[in-house]
Amino acid sequence: MTDLSITLHIDARSISVEPGVTVAAAIALAGGGVTRLSVHGHPRAPLCGMGVCQECRVTIDGRAHQLSCQTLCANGMHVLTASEGAA
Amino acid sequence: MKRYDILIVGAGPAGLAAAHAAATQGASVGIIDDNPLAGGQIWRGGPELQSDARAPQLWHALQRTDNVEFLLQTRVMYAPQPKQLLVQTPSSSATLSYEKLILATGARERLLPFPGWTLPGVTGAGGLQALAKGGYPLQGKRVVVAGSGPLLLAAAATLQAKGAQIVAIIEQANTPSLLRFGFGLLATPSKIAQALRLMAQLRGVPYLRDSYVHSARGDGTLQSVQVQRGAARGQETLQCDFLACGYGLLPNVELAQALGCATATRDAQTVVTVDEWQHTTVDGIYCAGEGTGVGGVDLALAEGHIAGLAASGQHAQAKALFAARASWQKFAGRLARAFALRAGLSALAGDDTIVCRCEDVCHGELRTHTGWRSAKLQTRCGMGPCQGRICGGATEILYGWRPDTVRMPISPTRIASIID
Ligand SMILES: Cc1cc2nc3c(=O)[nH]c(=O)nc-3n(C[C@H](O)[C@H](O)[C@H](O)COP(=O)(O)OP(=O)(O)OC[C@H]3O[C@@H](n4cnc5c(N)ncnc54)[C@H](O)[C@@H]3O)c2cc1C
Ligand code: FES
Repeated sequence: MTDLSITLHIDARSISVEPGVTVAAAIALAGGGVTRLSVHGHPRAPLCGMGVCQECRVTIDGRAHQLSCQTLCANGMHVLTASEGAA
Repeated sequence: MKRYDILIVGAGPAGLAAAHAAATQGASVGIIDDNPLAGGQIWRGGPELQSDARAPQLWHALQRTDNVEFLLQTRVMYAPQPKQLLVQTPSSSATLSYEKLILATGARERLLPFPGWTLPGVTGAGGLQALAKGGYPLQGKRVVVAGSGPLLLAAAATLQAKGAQIVAIIEQANTPSLLRFGFGLLATPSKIAQALRLMAQLRGVPYLRDSYVHSARGDGTLQSVQVQRGAARGQETLQCDFLACGYGLLPNVELAQALGCATATRDAQTVVTVDEWQHTTVDGIYCAGEGTGVGGVDLALAEGHIAGLAASGQHAQAKALFAARASWQKFAGRLARAFALRAGLSALAGDDTIVCRCEDVCHGELRTHTGWRSAKLQTRCGMGPCQGRICGGATEILYGWRPDTVRMPISPTRIASIID
């Protein structure tokens, strides 16, 4: 039973997910899963899954440095990952 | 300013048990957690949905009391005054005041650097388990689960249930240690049942003992891992889409330290010092669960219960739980001994392996320093947003350094939260 009732925007894409899905998961569902670029420009993706490592930082609805592993998807949310230049 | 008789940080098993115990005594209770749902690490995604019957029972009991308030997606930053905490949500901040504070901040995974560990696709073992519980897509993916401790089995079982194909489980502990641990389980029959259930679920998955991940490779994202099999045998390459690699757990003691609570070193962990009532060295502040030493859900529940009762003045009732706590403390000791980390793990990082992921500081830049403080000042190691939470556990194994001070705020804070 899948209820893809939440639609959000990740970079230039739209994606629909079930309730209870985190933004980190939605980013992976939408493509590569890369969240930020390191200070030397290397791609990074979620590591700890629990709000400690800060590797999953993205910009959500204009707020930078949000932890995508600890944020649930919401309808109409706008997420920017490193591929759009946010860190 | 909102005021609570008892404020609890952490809505995992310890925090929920403490909240329940305190609320039954009539106290007004606030319970804070940075996750969007209660449950902590083991009951991630909500206690009401767990198969462990204690989780929904606790949850429903808490829902029936009207003196418990949940503050979710709320992170504790620092204490502006004694008996006050400044907290931050994704959009706002607030100061909360309390009479008694119970810290139930749990544990995190110890992650160790090896060549390739910054490649997307490499995560912690509990890390990938947590991500999977939040809907991370693993259907049909090949996953190597590696590191040390019983969490590897729990993580592998969760990942498999989410559709992943577990290539192998790689445990660094050797066979004699594992056998000793297995026999020790006779003292805690419920753990035997749990182990048997996990083993049945993972039937057919190779469990490589005395082995560890040497390096991870891939072009842009992870493609394969090199595994060292024992000391005598050579290396083996395993193709995979994910490597979930964690070397046991480390107590989250930063908030306690920032509030002035004393810590000690026990079983190679920094733990918050508590007395028999779970009371720390700071008046009115208690600590329960993994923060006082990693011991699993049963110990966390017993300690949380004791802390909640003690903080609300019910010492006689709390005493009735001392025997249960003592038995789970023994289990925790056996756990720490069986899965003690082998020396070879500190030799995996090459000079160009990143140790501090926030600031991209490599092993070659760090290994010549004599301590955490000089390394931090000269390389920025540990100065990034994770504030040494990840590299601190690594530099301890690599160089024997322990982070010396906890900076306030304990997490990256918005300027507005501080100056408001
Ligand atoms: C990633 C991971 C996965 C695990 N999976 C399993 C498993 O499958 N099976 C098993 O038996 N054991 C598992 N464990 C072990 C498990 O942690 C313990 O058995 C149990 O959850 C301990 O309960 P606790 O209440 O002490 O802490 P936790 O359950 O860790 O709860 C602590 C809570 O406090 C919150 N917190 C911490 N600091 C702050 C702060 N400053 N502000 C706000 N909130 C904060 C945390 O986000 C967390 O929700 C896992 C551990 C980890 C780290
Ligand atoms: S994955 Fe580590 S903070 Fe989100």
